[in-house]
Amino acid sequence: MSNGLIAVAMSGGVDSSAVAALLKREGRNIVGMTMQLWNQRRLPELAAESASGRCCSIDDVYDARYVSQYLGIPYYVVNFEDQFEQHVVRPFVDDYLQGRTPIPCTLCNNFIKFETFLEMAAGIGAEKIATGHYARVSYDEASGRYQLRRAVDGTKDQTYFLLGLTQAQLAKTLFPLGEMLKTETRELAREAGLPVAEKQDSQEICFVPNGDYAAFIAAYAREQGIAVPEGGGEIVTQTGQVVGRHAGFHNYTVGQRRGLGVAAAEPLYVIATEPAANRVKVGGPEDLLTTRMTVRDMNWISIAEPAEPIRAQVRIRNRHVPAPATLRVVEGRVEVDFDQPQRAVTPGQGAAVYDGDLVLGGGWIA
Amino acid sequence: MAYFDHNATTPVAPDVLAAMLPALTEACGNPSSIHRDGQRARQMVETARRQLAVRLGCSPKEIVFTSGGTEANNLALSLPARHVVTSAIEHPAVAQTLGRRDAITVVAPNRDGLITPELLRAAMRPETDLVSVMHANNEFGTVQPLAALAAVAHEFGALFHSDGVQAPGRMAVDVAALGVDLYSVSGHKMYGPKGVGALYVRKGVELAPQLFGGRHESGRRAGTENVPGIVALGAAAARPLTDTAELRDRLEAGILAAVPEAVVQGAGAPRLPNTANIRFAGLEGEALVIALDLRGFSVSSGAACSSGAVEPSPALLALGLTKTEAKSCIRFSLGESNTLDEVEALIAAVSAAVAHLRKLSPTYV
Repeated sequence: MSNGLIAVAMSGGVDSSAVAALLKREGRNIVGMTMQLWNQRRLPELAAESASGRCCSIDDVYDARYVSQYLGIPYYVVNFEDQFEQHVVRPFVDDYLQGRTPIPCTLCNNFIKFETFLEMAAGIGAEKIATGHYARVSYDEASGRYQLRRAVDGTKDQTYFLLGLTQAQLAKTLFPLGEMLKTETRELAREAGLPVAEKQDSQEICFVPNGDYAAFIAAYAREQGIAVPEGGGEIVTQTGQVVGRHAGFHNYTVGQRRGLGVAAAEPLYVIATEPAANRVKVGGPEDLLTTRMTVRDMNWISIAEPAEPIRAQVRIRNRHVPAPATLRVVEGRVEVDFDQPQRAVTPGQGAAVYDGDLVLGGGWIA
Repeated sequence: MAYFDHNATTPVAPDVLAAMLPALTEACGNPSSIHRDGQRARQMVETARRQLAVRLGCSPKEIVFTSGGTEANNLALSLPARHVVTSAIEHPAVAQTLGRRDAITVVAPNRDGLITPELLRAAMRPETDLVSVMHANNEFGTVQPLAALAAVAHEFGALFHSDGVQAPGRMAVDVAALGVDLYSVSGHKMYGPKGVGALYVRKGVELAPQLFGGRHESGRRAGTENVPGIVALGAAAARPLTDTAELRDRLEAGILAAVPEAVVQGAGAPRLPNTANIRFAGLEGEALVIALDLRGFSVSSGAACSSGAVEPSPALLALGLTKTEAKSCIRFSLGESNTLDEVEALIAAVSAAVAHLRKLSPTYV
């Protein structure tokens, strides 16, 4: 079917609803789709708190369906629970239990929104997908590449979570909100009369209630019979001096200061978790600083893999201000030398490489 | 648009609507009232009861009107019982209702989707008081050997209930000949409206009422009668059956000829003449349902969960299919308005959509 059909990924929130309204207003042929990713009734011990405002809650599906009916577009809920668990939840839990700090949103983008969903959209006859991400994509004639740029609204920019997008994926993706400020999105939603115009933004990790990772991981591990590392290991300093006991290394994150239960003259931070030794290593703020890191599984987006060292800015957390650095590709990995030491470089987190607004690519901190 | 989802619901037939309208307009009375307006409404309800009784081969007094098939099932299955036997291919209205009991045995069907008398007998216990096996399956249409199953239940002194929701709109039903004690019916699966159904209760069987209030339906179901719905159910029951077997057979033959690796589910058993459930190896039924909808054909796949997403159907899993296989099944259910042209167009659309999906599928080689 060559009818320019666009599948809009609708979460029931204001952003994706605004995307649908915007494309509909432009006269595009669109269909709304909501991904059912996680069964909120599945881990009942977590369900006590409000189930709304989380991913795949009945309320969100209700809202997405309501908006679709309001706009007069076909609407479907598609079930990706199996894929989501396999590619996002399970790796999230495994990573966490191995002392890494994963970012499930990037995995979800890589494997679900821009893969499973894209396949589903193509299968039903859609030519492109559109999402409510704040990012910009354009085609560069000179290089023959699709390029990814930061959103005009810097406070909402989501390119950090899109660092895994391939050329094939970008070729089929629209980010209609990339040029808009969040305030403009809300204004558009209001003008269009969308019933979700005043709805609150969703919280961080959609399947983890109240951001309580530890509770989610404990409940999931129990359900799946996954062995959780025993608590009660040592907290040590850089010099190996035991300064306290920890309650399971997986409960600690690099850079964490609070909740260590260690009395010290100077503030102490987690500088590393060592699963093999069941230890948590702590140190002063200066011990958190790093000037070098290695990035694995690098995905080059707006440029091809550079043969020579390049100058760029590297973001090591979502809210981190990209820091100037020199990058060299060495045997498929990227060696990053920051101009200035960076705080809490955390293995398992994503690293996004920018040249100004342009997203050159991204990978995972080794 | 062509509608091929009659097992989900049937459109209200024009003659049924015509029969129903006076009950919404002129006959404004409450059937329990003494005055003639009330008498008129009462008369309409009782006419409908006789119409349905004729259709099912029972006495009018053996009919209890309900709000639908789900309520009829709930009412029947609330009977006290020390041990209950049911099948693994029941609709949730039966499976979930019985699932709340402790003493229950669920019988898996054979590969053809049939509960044989031997399978049932093996599950029976001396204290089995109630057996519930559906008449015709909603997903693949297999028709169970009810007479033989009811005989087995009676041998053990158990009552026999059947969820008949899918049957009377598509095939002749004679509850006396089948020997069932309780039989559930739904209006909207037989060209009547949604929101009305009935339970056949063999004379002598004492129900355990679930709704309390007035002495409606001989004290078996409280609540002012849904007069327009009941009138429509009666009118629907009085209509002749349309045989869709020829169209269904053409649909199956056409799809099997045009699409490689397509398998009809339950083909080895007696089936409803309107149902074709076909498994398309290597694709997600969900995608095919949406693709066909966007091409103007309404079909269905699996069981809808609370969000509206599709989950693999427990009944298909009970046939021995894997989860992946169950998710690649599509149900086409025909009705009296379908034409040969629609069937041919559907065959072409299915063929094109399946080929497109398989081309994209990473798992289909």
